[in-house]
Amino acid sequence: MKLVKNAAGRFVPKEVNGEVQIPFKGVDKYKPSRVKARSPIKSCIDYRSDGNKVLKDLKTALKKAGLKDGMTISTHHHLRNGDAVTNMLFDTIKAMGIKNIRWFPTASFPVHSHLIKYLEDGTIHHIEGSMNGPLGKFTSEGKMKGIGVLRSHGGRYQAIQDGEVHIDIAVILAPTADPFGNATGDRGKSACGLIGFALGDSEYADKVIIVTDNLIPFPCVPWQIQGNNVDFVVEVESLGDPKKIVSGTTEVTKSPDRLLIAEYVADFIEAAGIMKDGFSLQAGAGGTNLAFVLFLKEKMKAAGIKARFMRGGSTKYLVEMLEEGLTDYILDGQTFDLEGVRSMRENANHVNTSPFTSYNFHGKGNFASMVDTAVLGATEVDIKFNANVVTHSDGYLLHGIGGWQNCLYSKCTILAIPSFRDRIPVIVDRVTTLCGPGELIDVIITERGIAINPLRKDLLKAVKDSELPIKDIKQIKKEVDEICGGAPVKPKLNKEKVVAIVKWVDGTVLDSIYEKAK
Amino acid sequence: MKQNIKKSSAGKRGDTVRSDCYFEIELKNSGGIKINLKSKVDTMYGESIRQMILDMSEFFGLKDANILLDDNGALPFVLAARFELTVKRLFSDLKKEYLLPFNKKNLYSTKKDQLRRSRLYLPGNEPKFFVNAGLHSPDGIILDLEDSVSPSEKDAAQLIVRNALRSVDFYGAERMVRINQLPKGLDDLKFIVPNNVNVILVPKCESAEQIHKLEKEVDKLKKQYKVENPIYFMPIIESALGVIKAYEIASASKNNYALAIGLEDYTADIGTQRTNEGRESIFARQMLVNAAKAAGIQAIDTVFSDVGDMESLRQSVIESKSLGFEGKGCIHPRQIKVVHEAFAPTTDEIEKAKKIVLAFEEAEKKGLGVVSLGSKMIDPPVVKRAVKIINLALLNKQIGKDWRKK
Repeated sequence: MKLVKNAAGRFVPKEVNGEVQIPFKGVDKYKPSRVKARSPIKSCIDYRSDGNKVLKDLKTALKKAGLKDGMTISTHHHLRNGDAVTNMLFDTIKAMGIKNIRWFPTASFPVHSHLIKYLEDGTIHHIEGSMNGPLGKFTSEGKMKGIGVLRSHGGRYQAIQDGEVHIDIAVILAPTADPFGNATGDRGKSACGLIGFALGDSEYADKVIIVTDNLIPFPCVPWQIQGNNVDFVVEVESLGDPKKIVSGTTEVTKSPDRLLIAEYVADFIEAAGIMKDGFSLQAGAGGTNLAFVLFLKEKMKAAGIKARFMRGGSTKYLVEMLEEGLTDYILDGQTFDLEGVRSMRENANHVNTSPFTSYNFHGKGNFASMVDTAVLGATEVDIKFNANVVTHSDGYLLHGIGGWQNCLYSKCTILAIPSFRDRIPVIVDRVTTLCGPGELIDVIITERGIAINPLRKDLLKAVKDSELPIKDIKQIKKEVDEICGGAPVKPKLNKEKVVAIVKWVDGTVLDSIYEKAK
Repeated sequence: MKQNIKKSSAGKRGDTVRSDCYFEIELKNSGGIKINLKSKVDTMYGESIRQMILDMSEFFGLKDANILLDDNGALPFVLAARFELTVKRLFSDLKKEYLLPFNKKNLYSTKKDQLRRSRLYLPGNEPKFFVNAGLHSPDGIILDLEDSVSPSEKDAAQLIVRNALRSVDFYGAERMVRINQLPKGLDDLKFIVPNNVNVILVPKCESAEQIHKLEKEVDKLKKQYKVENPIYFMPIIESALGVIKAYEIASASKNNYALAIGLEDYTADIGTQRTNEGRESIFARQMLVNAAKAAGIQAIDTVFSDVGDMESLRQSVIESKSLGFEGKGCIHPRQIKVVHEAFAPTTDEIEKAKKIVLAFEEAEKKGLGVVSLGSKMIDPPVVKRAVKIINLALLNKQIGKDWRKK
């Protein structure tokens, strides 16, 4: 495979799965000038005038949608690890004898390890989206037929609009829908909050199938997916296990070290002057991120400060901030617990957003860059502030990008991470896989100190008189290497075989993921 | 070497184990050293772990053995301790010690009268808690060999604690070890005295004689290992008899710097239950404070065991402070900050103390025998207390060194 060196100094393939790729050219250095992708003209006279699009089962819907070998099928991760339908979908595709599907999910979860047998037998050719846990391991071992493509949530929307990915059939799981195809995620027995990640798919796919376990008479209002974009509706017994639909990462950490990191994050946001009336922030899930919100909340209360908006994934902790008047709005991308789902349903100031509004590179602006601070995680960072979220230091692909790359555009991007996990240093010389260029990462906060990107002289100045443990990132790395018994040895990788690529938000190729050497 | 058994094991394994490891050594008659390594950090540190095992095998004179390591990310000081124990469980009379280099950051001593508001207890056989403990800024860290270690793992904890004293950065916290109840605790000393322990906690202390025995043994070891830094003692009173003998114990050695109380055992001893109000222990605590002060040392209160209830902890510390205690035991790092805040002088106290100290200094300068503030005369003990508050406020960084100018 022919690899070229991109602007980040990483080697990337010029062609992936038969399609020409553009190597990363630098942050904000590339914008395509083509015309956006289009979908074929549809006419309402081709649909029943009574608005009833219900078919008896998924197989019928797939047949009517014209499922063929080699098609692209998209799914969405709103039901997270509780999703039963994606597995059922591929069981059906397998039973129909269809091969070489390009699976285009917004994210995958351990529950989808069921699909490994379909990757092995050729039902699925490759995955474009995320390859988490067992699927990532499978990919790293070089077992997937095609090359995986990892994109951010915003990058996925960009790829659809670029025409880089044309979706033949979108299968959208909807906790509540009507026979016309209007659908929502904020109610029903499988309520998950919102299903905004499917918005682009519903607009650009050739065929759109809604699968629901709560079919109600027209109209389903308010709708998150508009029925006018939907071809078929299928009712099933159950979309999955509601207990697993809410993410497992919605409890505040009890780890004293993670709490210390969270406390430093809140202290930093205050000391750097970010916490002021009308400010905004993005908080993801994960124990440390939830905890910093709680620390910040106390500071905001004490100082009488109110935020204008906060971006989720929301949890009960953000909802409390909204209900106690500490923020005017929650602009929510996904909902991580049932309190978040309830709030979204009941509170007009808890607004659902989509990757189009929040993250899309081809939008006329997006919300991510308007946020004052975003607090994120990473599997590795290096001394140039580059970060990795998809592979571990042993070279295995284990996570997706999510909205992480897009959030790097916030005015102050903070990575809140432990300096090592067990014996594995998190701060390294050079990240195994580059997912975020260092120039967009402003602050790294660990339990051993806070490192500020030298490019951010303003931040360095703002906190220089504070009591915060500000350190050079190399100093933290040195401390950690001493604890762990030297810098970690790099994994042995087969540089001849790229198993997946990491796309930047603009569609260029940022880095390659290689097969683990046998 | 006297060989008792052919096969031995030590350490921890299983799904929930983190930052620890498990060794099995089976002695063979031939075949050299065979290593079966299962490690979650194999890619990053597999080679260095294999080399370490070979080095340690050579050090202990192992020539032919099958060595199994099940590693969940143990740090080098843990790997070394677990390996050494596995070997020592094979050869009970083995005296050799496999010592990793001493971390130079840990070569500090402490002072008799420094701040001892918080001391964080860490179970001696749980090394995963050690590495980051100092980051939470306790005044002292206690590696515990006593009640938190099961009887069958006492030998494991001794080696882990020894290696931790050498390798783990305590970030300036006072380095303390709670030994086992005497006389058994005397066996613990050779693992800690040569490794720059600052303070030895003596549990269930009931007589001056125990402290004398301890002191003798410590002095012997200090001489043997050429240890020059001071090693202080903190006897813990945990019984009715101990309370009655509190002054005798407190004044038993010049190396005593504090007297502490342990209320779980004490309340059991007097046949009652420990309550949040603590009325059942008011006599013991007052007795202890009085004995400590009479002997000129610090009085240190028991641990607060409800880690989820920070408000009750705060109240408990405020009460401790009012009784005359200067420190509190912590069993979770999140308690430390609360303890420090509650022991800190209040703004009112500091402001009053500033005025008194300034008036005193003014009077001294003018050569006046009597200090007065406004129309009030100030007695010497009031000045003494004010100086103490100012010093505490300085240590807590509540005021700067230039407070006189402000």
